[in-house]
Amino acid sequence: MSITLQRSAEIPQPARSARERLGEFLPRIVLAPSFAAVLVFVYGFIIFTGYLSFTDSHILPSFDFVGWKNYQRLWSLPNWWIALENLAIFASLYIVICTAIGLGLAILLDQKIRGEGVLRPIYLYPMAISFIVTGTAWKWFLDPGIGVEHIVRLWGFGNFTFDWIKNTQMAIYCVVIAAVWQSSGFVMAMFLAGLRGIDNEIIKAAQIDGATNFKLYKRIIIPMLRPAFLSAFVVLAHLAIKSYDLVIALTNGGPGRATELPATFMYSYTFTRNSMGIGAASAVIMLMMIASVIIPYIYAEVGGGNRGR
Amino acid sequence: MRKYMMLAAALMLGGIVNAAAQEKVEVLHWWTSGGEAAALNVLKKNLEAEGITWEDMPVAGGGGEQAMTVLRARVTAGNPPTAVQLLGFDVTDWAKQGVLANLDPVAEKEGWDKVIPAAIQKFSKYDGHWVAAPVNLHSTNWIWANKMIFDKLGIQQPTNWDELIAALDKIKAAGYVALAAGGQPWQDATIFDSVVMTTGGPDFYKKALIDLDPAALGSPTMKTVFERMIKLRGYVDDNFSGRDWNLATAMVITDKAGMQIMGDWAKGEFRNAGKTAGTDFLCFRFPGTQGTVTFNSDQFAMFKVGQASQDAQFKLAKAIEDPAFQSSFNVVKGSVPARTDVSDAAFDACGKKGMADLKEASEKGTLLGSLAHGHAAPAAVKNAFYDVITATFNGQYTADQAVAQLVPAVQGAQ
Amino acid sequence: MAADIAGTAVRTSRLTRAVIYAALLFFAFYYMLPLYVMVVNSVKPLEEIRGGNMLALPQQFTIAPWLSAWSTAQIGVQPTGLRPYFLNSILIVVPAVAVSTILGALNGYVLTKWRFPGANIVFGMMLLACFIPFQIVLIPMARILGLLGLAGTIYGLILVHVVYGLGFTTLFFRNYYEAFPTELVKAAQIDGASFFQIFRRILLPSSGPIIVVTVIWQFTNVWNDFLFGASFAGFDSQPITVALNNLVNSSTGVKEYNVHFAGALMAALPTLIVYIVSGRYFVRGLMAGAVKG
Repeated sequence: MSITLQRSAEIPQPARSARERLGEFLPRIVLAPSFAAVLVFVYGFIIFTGYLSFTDSHILPSFDFVGWKNYQRLWSLPNWWIALENLAIFASLYIVICTAIGLGLAILLDQKIRGEGVLRPIYLYPMAISFIVTGTAWKWFLDPGIGVEHIVRLWGFGNFTFDWIKNTQMAIYCVVIAAVWQSSGFVMAMFLAGLRGIDNEIIKAAQIDGATNFKLYKRIIIPMLRPAFLSAFVVLAHLAIKSYDLVIALTNGGPGRATELPATFMYSYTFTRNSMGIGAASAVIMLMMIASVIIPYIYAEVGGGNRGR
Repeated sequence: MRKYMMLAAALMLGGIVNAAAQEKVEVLHWWTSGGEAAALNVLKKNLEAEGITWEDMPVAGGGGEQAMTVLRARVTAGNPPTAVQLLGFDVTDWAKQGVLANLDPVAEKEGWDKVIPAAIQKFSKYDGHWVAAPVNLHSTNWIWANKMIFDKLGIQQPTNWDELIAALDKIKAAGYVALAAGGQPWQDATIFDSVVMTTGGPDFYKKALIDLDPAALGSPTMKTVFERMIKLRGYVDDNFSGRDWNLATAMVITDKAGMQIMGDWAKGEFRNAGKTAGTDFLCFRFPGTQGTVTFNSDQFAMFKVGQASQDAQFKLAKAIEDPAFQSSFNVVKGSVPARTDVSDAAFDACGKKGMADLKEASEKGTLLGSLAHGHAAPAAVKNAFYDVITATFNGQYTADQAVAQLVPAVQGAQ
Repeated sequence: MAADIAGTAVRTSRLTRAVIYAALLFFAFYYMLPLYVMVVNSVKPLEEIRGGNMLALPQQFTIAPWLSAWSTAQIGVQPTGLRPYFLNSILIVVPAVAVSTILGALNGYVLTKWRFPGANIVFGMMLLACFIPFQIVLIPMARILGLLGLAGTIYGLILVHVVYGLGFTTLFFRNYYEAFPTELVKAAQIDGASFFQIFRRILLPSSGPIIVVTVIWQFTNVWNDFLFGASFAGFDSQPITVALNNLVNSSTGVKEYNVHFAGALMAALPTLIVYIVSGRYFVRGLMAGAVKG
């Protein structure tokens, strides 16, 4: 689509005064503060956390080295395994359902719908609201005594039960429902943008060739959305791993510890149980999980230059 | 030149006067609503009358969980608040870090050593020095009962475990929720405190929950405790998970449930609803625990904030222990004063009973810290207990499994 | 750019269209439900909430909960309502969004039009920074803020939000400027324009959509943040999310759900308005490559 040149400043320059030399370094100087900030405040802190995971920090950071003890303790804690198991269930459901709904809604909205201008903000607004705000509403909704179960019973279906949120096995699915509600709109926007970027000529050509709508989507349009799928996956995966506000507002890790996730685990061990060393170890594992998803994506995006753009 | 010098002098003078009047205390707490906030406001006004400004830093949530995170950030940043609401072992943990101020001058002057029970002093002092000012003394082995239901079904106050079960059965059969409970780990643990005390007595309580003796933790007595917890769960309605404690109290207040096992802050809810002790509701010790008191005490720990603020800190500490404030605050909060020389005239029937029980237990040596509220074991261990208790109460462990999980969990958390 | 064609050239039958509309409406319902519940229950008196059905329209309509949430609800020892904290949030959000957007724009400009060896690595590293969970940075950040003397101040919070917003703002602008024709830049260089002149005269004027996307994104994230606001604010700089948390999560007293909902809506209003007013530009900006695949 657009021609990008590798080096913009390709004009040969005869004499280089100090001013010109400064000019050449100016871009780097402009970028430097941001880059330095990221180095310190992100990478520096990650290293700090990594270091803490090998110390016996309890209530505040300490610098007494204890080797792998924290990691050994971490992997022996039932709570941690519960958290990881919940993350697997939650993340897979969340990513798949959000992508499916996002793609579905985007395709539907793309059909020259009247009222798109009204529908789109409706789908998008959930991501504008913080979870402290909507957590209460969802908590009500899913509560059997006053929420969905109660209302459906009022409508006459006396035996209807929907007490998932109070059930240790099912509570995690309630978290999925609320999380999907918050993020699927954003995924829809990404897919919609992708769809709108597809050249109509290609579609017309395929229709002339006799493709049905179904085949059209399956063979042509959806494959062209591959970049959007990738972006959606990355955004959703990292949100799933970071998920904290949502769980706390909805279930506070309960019933019991049934909806514990790595993010809530890390917070609880660091700040509530005064076991910062173990909290740091769990944070390192979380970071490794995030990195394993993000780094390949970044490498594909950026590392090889602008191939195939 | 003259003019400038006069101006400078005036500014300096103004500055000095201002500095003196500018004494302030920044207080981090989580009493953000209800009677507690109003009661704390009284303290604020008392201090303002002495020329000290109260800078309020409320952080609600989780019974102090969020506040503790904020505290950590503040201490790490090097600007801790002047005073922080802390419970039990948290005071000790912070004192170990060397960040708490020394309140000995105030303590000596006001004679705290003589009037504050030794069991509380254990947490207010570190290394022999006063570091915190206790505001109150809550006890957790209470049952709050709906008098109308008791009278209607002809139930007497149960005095032992079997009578309790009989009473619960009767209430359940009559169609009420027998035991109102909220489903949060600390609430499950509050019930646990009382069941341990009634099953094994104060000596077992001390051995298992305070000394953390593995033999006691893995003993048949502990298994009985968990069996009893599971039995109690049968009297709680299925919607209890995640319910806030005051909503469970509301069930008792509005005649939906018969009893609640909860600390004496529950009384504040009855009071707010206009109910009177003895007429609308009953308060009695968990059957089998009369004569012992499992307590927790809210303390304002004073952090080292430099010489300039020390005077204000001392004034705050003094104001907290002022008998008049102790009386008015605790009447509202439902707890009893942290000092034993406060008159019980202003307190209602349950308050008077609480104060009498406290005196008795303190003398007999059966005034023991509540595990559920951080006064028997430090946070890491407390949470290890929470994990097992709450899993059992939610039906994930049998009594045998619970005991099997408990011993290594507590070991590992130390 | 085929930006404004609403829809692809796919043809559909009437039945299909009916099904499509039905599906869209069903989802609209799913998304609106919590908002509806909050709005409807924020204007009911408390007895009605306790007694009744949360979906029902109010029998007795009252704005008392809103007034209470704004100015008389108990947040700390004093019943101040949310008003003072609203102001704090504005003071934090506006500078933080402005600074991080400007820096993001400059960074994006440098990374795409002034390539130097290692530019891609730099960008990759900055991108990775978007994904860090915030609990991890609490303690070390607190230490640094303390060292800088910014702990407990609005400036400290602004710094924190700028730093952690840089990853995203740089990403958005970089992807956008990547697609921007470089010939124009080259031509301007030949004409002797300076670094900043090119930025101001050539790139900035066409940056409308991406600026909107970035501002929306940053505004939302900074306004809704709770963790940093609670941990790094002093008593006079707590943002509205902290106050809302105090309002909703208090451990004693009667739970005034109507006030809670009114307060929650009040706290969400600015971001909602931003979205409704500029939502259209959001999709446009995404199309222009904010989060390109």
